[in-house]
Amino acid sequence: MSTRPTESTRPVAGGSGTWTAKLTAWVEGLVPKGQWLPDRQPAYVASWVYVFGVACLASLVVVIVSGLVLTLGGVMWWHSSSVGHFVNSVHLWSVELFFATMVIHLWGKFFMAAWRGHRGLTWATGALAFFGSLGTAFTGYLIQTNFDSQWISTQAKDGLNAAGIGAFFNVMNVGQMVLWHVSLLPLVVGAIVGLHLLLVRRRGVVPPIGAEAPDRMMQPGSPRPAGPPEPSAPRPGPDMSSDERARTSSGTRS
Amino acid sequence: MSTIRVPRSERRGATWAPDSHAFPTRRYDLVKEFVVALVVMLVLAVVAAIVFSSPDEPAISLQQWARQAPNDVVATATGELAGTTTSATYGPPYNTAGEGQALGPVSLQKLPGVTEPVDPANDFVITPLRTLSAQPLVAAALRQWAGASPDQQTSWAQAYSDALGKAPDGDPAKVAPGDYGPVPVLARGVLALAASGALEGLLTSRTSFFGVDSSKPLLLLADGSHLEDRARAQNLGGDQWGIMNETGNYPGQPWLWLYTFWYQVPPFSTSDNADVQVWALMVLLSIGLICVPWIPGLRTLPKHLGVHRLIWRQRPR
Repeated sequence: MSTRPTESTRPVAGGSGTWTAKLTAWVEGLVPKGQWLPDRQPAYVASWVYVFGVACLASLVVVIVSGLVLTLGGVMWWHSSSVGHFVNSVHLWSVELFFATMVIHLWGKFFMAAWRGHRGLTWATGALAFFGSLGTAFTGYLIQTNFDSQWISTQAKDGLNAAGIGAFFNVMNVGQMVLWHVSLLPLVVGAIVGLHLLLVRRRGVVPPIGAEAPDRMMQPGSPRPAGPPEPSAPRPGPDMSSDERARTSSGTRS
Repeated sequence: MSTIRVPRSERRGATWAPDSHAFPTRRYDLVKEFVVALVVMLVLAVVAAIVFSSPDEPAISLQQWARQAPNDVVATATGELAGTTTSATYGPPYNTAGEGQALGPVSLQKLPGVTEPVDPANDFVITPLRTLSAQPLVAAALRQWAGASPDQQTSWAQAYSDALGKAPDGDPAKVAPGDYGPVPVLARGVLALAASGALEGLLTSRTSFFGVDSSKPLLLLADGSHLEDRARAQNLGGDQWGIMNETGNYPGQPWLWLYTFWYQVPPFSTSDNADVQVWALMVLLSIGLICVPWIPGLRTLPKHLGVHRLIWRQRPR
């Protein structure tokens, strides 16, 4: 029986320099430890307005699932099947709910100035998700293969053609629009929403306007506020300022 | 006079905020919140689907068009031959018959060139009619059309188009006698093709067995007035807030309200370049929304509006 160590038991020399190790460290550092799915939130997260972000995400799940069911029968299925028509109705109303909750969420975040504290990219990805969703919903109306899609496509073509977009994005080509609606745009919106959620978890929920960090308000020697152990600081990322990079690198917090 | 230098790490910009992780916390079950939200959204969508259903007004077939508005089909086919329809005078991306819209000196419409070639006279009228070449009258009309000069063709078609416009209800049977060449036969041939149900297939499947591109039948249908008449009857016209609506009493796409709004007000409502102007404005506004965190004045506006006090009723201590 061989006594030679296997690859897995061999001591690793300079293992932290491998691409895999670097990727792992980068992924782990995207969000502070314990903040991917925390069971505690800052005490100021206590308003109904916070519900609309998660409601928006939940309705997106209903949109996607009902849309996936519609793909089973094909583009024309819902015209001839009562089940298909019902699923189409669920898809339509979940889209309406998705936009309603998204717009309330957006306005809520505007009034909270939720971009404060280096959360600019969080706001920007949210706005991009909104515009991506507009395009996805629009292509959905184009592939209904009914009178609405006839009228909407023949009207919308003029704006798109005038902007030079119609040359590549032909709203009257049902085949092209079906692929954009069920494949390309959902992937793009899904990626943007994923990045948005990552940034939300990375930075945490924005503190109230005018709030000071508790440790700034305390006198020297007074105890820290009650709560769980602080998570580790996020690793330097693309959305951090140079000051913050310096602080996170040295393990200090603002 | 000496100035106190604030350390760089202590400086507060317009969008400074303390670290959220430094605040006291409370229990918050994110997973439970999401599951409850998912159930609520699913129930709301299912109940709305049961109560309100969804609109599905069948598409207008070219056969229906021929049966419901035969005079419109004849007038449209004549317009395609005369080169006076929307498609025939469009420009890029369909053809070079028009300049398209421009934003000042820049024509974004012309930049990509013709990417979806459409020759309305040939694509919508002449080529489909070749399938009827077994009919002596149509075959003779096609030969006469092909043998004429472009000027002669236009002259015949324009004269017949004018005559149709003067006839009661645009009825071809009531057109005054004139020199229209083969145009009346060609236009009636298109009507016959549409009425038979064959025209759609000839327009969608001519270049491919799989007819997944409905551009040409839609362009032909939109060149007529029947589609718009039906849409306006349902309050879907461009000056009726257009494409953000849908048939029936359904919400449509209310999220497009701002885009549609500009078409209702001057100068866009009276501009020949309204489409590109509205697009340019919306692109600017969209970039502005994305960049709010970096726009001085706008990024601090919520602080002055004070709505945040309704959200955070108690200042954290």
